[in-house]
Amino acid sequence: MATETGTTPPALQPPPASAPAHEVARVRVPTRTARSELRAIKVVWKRELIRFSRDRLRILTSLMQPFLFLFILGTGISSLASAGTHGVNFKTFIYPGVVCMAVMFTAMFSAASIVWDREFGFLREMMVAPVGRSSIVLGKCLGGATVAGFQGLIVIAISPLVDIPYELSLILELFALAVLLAFAITAFGMMAAARITQMQSFMAVMQMAIMPMFFLSGALYSVANLPTWLAVLNRLDPLTYAVDPMRRAIFARLDISEAARHALDPGVTWFGWPVPSAVEAAVVAVLGLAMLSIAIWEFRRAE
Amino acid sequence: MVSPQLDSPAPAVSVNGLVKRYDEVEAVRGIDFEVGVGETFGFLGPNGAGKSTTINMLCTLVKPSAGSAMVAGHDVVRERDEVRRNIGLVFQDTTLDGYLTAEENLSLHAELYGVPRELVAERIRQVMEMVELWERRSHLVNTFSGGMKRRLEIARGLLHSPRVLFLDEPTVGLDPQTRSSIWSYITKLGREEDITIFLTTHYMDEAEYCDRIAIMDQGRIIVLDTPQALKASVGKDRVQIQTDDNQAAIEALRERFEIEATVAEGVVTFGVAEGEQFVPQLFAELGLPIRSVNVSRPSLDDVFMSYTGTTIRDAESSQSDTRRNVARMMSR
Repeated sequence: MATETGTTPPALQPPPASAPAHEVARVRVPTRTARSELRAIKVVWKRELIRFSRDRLRILTSLMQPFLFLFILGTGISSLASAGTHGVNFKTFIYPGVVCMAVMFTAMFSAASIVWDREFGFLREMMVAPVGRSSIVLGKCLGGATVAGFQGLIVIAISPLVDIPYELSLILELFALAVLLAFAITAFGMMAAARITQMQSFMAVMQMAIMPMFFLSGALYSVANLPTWLAVLNRLDPLTYAVDPMRRAIFARLDISEAARHALDPGVTWFGWPVPSAVEAAVVAVLGLAMLSIAIWEFRRAE
Repeated sequence: MVSPQLDSPAPAVSVNGLVKRYDEVEAVRGIDFEVGVGETFGFLGPNGAGKSTTINMLCTLVKPSAGSAMVAGHDVVRERDEVRRNIGLVFQDTTLDGYLTAEENLSLHAELYGVPRELVAERIRQVMEMVELWERRSHLVNTFSGGMKRRLEIARGLLHSPRVLFLDEPTVGLDPQTRSSIWSYITKLGREEDITIFLTTHYMDEAEYCDRIAIMDQGRIIVLDTPQALKASVGKDRVQIQTDDNQAAIEALRERFEIEATVAEGVVTFGVAEGEQFVPQLFAELGLPIRSVNVSRPSLDDVFMSYTGTTIRDAESSQSDTRRNVARMMSR
């Protein structure tokens, strides 16, 4: 072929002399280290925060649905439900589910942003940087967890409106659980986004996953005395293990009758064993980490 | 082996028997070439010729099926991160974040590439001034025109002082005026940044800016040389005349000048060594009235034509150009 290496040297412009026309700040990109990976995680995380803070509309819209559930559905059903709540405000009862809902929707939109990133090209800019893909995925998940946790905090802030008094330890406990859930949901979304490249399909899949999760979780009803089929599905639903410890934390601080506590906050059991809150939180954490690992693996594999 | 640049033993890019197969299709079918340090090197060819696949392999985005390639002295497969650190990339489709400002886009890039903190601000200013976007630094990228986005991407590609800058169709989809301004930035940075530029284009006129070009068609490099040498290799000037009787004109040309001419769309076309000197002779001796005459020097279009037997436009019309344009429009 006529394309060998011995072709005529460039005759036109000789390459520029080693000293450029004016003083240029030359940069040497350092080699990849743990520090550079941490920095990459930070960059991706920071970008999520900047974008979230610019998008006021998103902050409002993702609070819309939880507030509809809490104040419209909650108020509407409370007279009907009052027979079974032993005098406890129905809104107080569904409140932990509503916190989870706010977190889930925000986390889902955060994960969806990677589908946008792919469509609009920015994902490519991150993928060709001299950083590990795991750092990009991890940064995204932490970013999603942060913004969704913040959204959860807004809902936590309105707790006095549903007869839950402010108490620092409670706020911290709810917030920690919200962040944990946000992380797991973002990881789940990232795992899906690695394979689903179309925004419409992604949103459809997420809706299909999140609505059943919400309804099966016991966010809107008590997990005691369920028909067996629903009890099984409820125990298999990861969201159950976020709603239940939140409800437990709240009810532990309410001054209510033993009958009400028994009816509204029975706690999740595995074959009769009452599952402690720490174990429930661990279930969410382990699932989140597992999905994160799968997401990282998927993004590494993709060429 | 003779290196293209005698004073710098290691070429900026060197490619040996590079192949990329996608299932049944061979997108790149074994190519070899070298690019010297400081050179502006162009890959020319219709869409689907394998230019983007080649550039993606050199940028470590796609793994070669066979062969090897070194960029900035590092193997694109075994030393992926080393290569990435030393190259800048400007893709066909924009990869900016429209919801961030121009400056935020650059500073995220600087952090991603680990540009030392104390240099970031100065370097950002430098590259933005180079593409004349410094005044617009705090505007959201979404408000930028296509040409401004492309300039910002070029600035971003340079931010970490890469040794090789890859530009994949840097001017596609831009209006002619913006295209020429993008080219003035590219030639300027070739001078100022001491950098090797590797680009692909399917605009023939743009290839003139390159020190050397490789014409690629159907996964192979067909020819590689300076634009001047390529045009010289085609040789003749092209003369086009219009007459009332083209058939008679062709016969007259054959009889009196021993020239073989062809007729297309009512125009008689033929090649002669010295077109301008030939015209007076033509008028005097053809013996037919000539309505118009046009003499042109060989262009890269002619080069492409003579090596591939087709014009670049014809080669493209069978390709997925329209599909790609639609995809680009959708992504806006």
